[in-house]
Amino acid sequence: MGLGAYLCASVALFALGLCCVLARRNLLHVLMGLQLVLAAASLDFAAFARFHGPATEGRAMALFVLVVAAAEAAVGIPIVLRVVKSSGTAKPSAFDRLRE
Amino acid sequence: MSGLLSRSQALVLATSLAAATLVGALLAGKEGAAFGLFALLAIGGGAVCLLERSSLRAAFGLCATFLGTTGLFLLLESDFLAVTQLTIFAGGVASLAIFGARFVPSESAPSFLRLGSTIALVFSACAFAAWRCASSASFQGAKPADAPLASDAGKLGVALVDPRQFVVGFELAAVLLVVALVAAIWFARSSEEAG
Repeated sequence: MGLGAYLCASVALFALGLCCVLARRNLLHVLMGLQLVLAAASLDFAAFARFHGPATEGRAMALFVLVVAAAEAAVGIPIVLRVVKSSGTAKPSAFDRLRE
Repeated sequence: MSGLLSRSQALVLATSLAAATLVGALLAGKEGAAFGLFALLAIGGGAVCLLERSSLRAAFGLCATFLGTTGLFLLLESDFLAVTQLTIFAGGVASLAIFGARFVPSESAPSFLRLGSTIALVFSACAFAAWRCASSASFQGAKPADAPLASDAGKLGVALVDPRQFVVGFELAAVLLVVALVAAIWFARSSEEAG
């Protein structure tokens, strides 16, 4: 399979993640959408590393994207759980005011 | 707890995977079959995340996406990335998401108009961007799929610790992970400790 096939898969995954972030009204689903977006980005880097090169740099960038995604999930999910515990809801629209 | 998939959903899933594998095999042989299988797993998992009302099922869809991208990394000869994706994401992040899904209330089903318009807008924008990128000069110079690859995990490891290459970025990534770990522990502390 060529570069185009992998980029099509990456674009589809990115679009699904972006739709999840924009359309879903649940903080956990928004986080999942962000994970999809970052997975698509890392797949892009790996595909260009394979077909364009230099392979090492592309894979290093993909690795850094994975690190950021893991850090985001590790911090974001406890934040969501704490927010849900204190407010009782996971709707992003409910958090539209700063603490008075 | 009821089953993760109903019988009809499992049948649709198995049929889709088999069809994607068969189409890929007809188009490009064994590699095409593997690509079809993993790509459908990744995209199908993403679709489940988008469309599924239950947070738990969406978390399992996310796990399927991570497994699919693991396979795609393997097809791209990025074995280190594949193992990283499998252990950290399909193992750790998916487990976190499944754990979180047990405590987060499910939302009401998104309205068809809102979801449909968002999907149409985002997919059309992404398709246009992909078309523009595909017609650019840098995209046209891609190596053929059977070109020999001159790098492996060992060279990647050397590049990450080479002072002239990625050591600074690698150290920053390590700091970021430590900060994330401490922050996660702080957020997860009990209410009595917080008070």
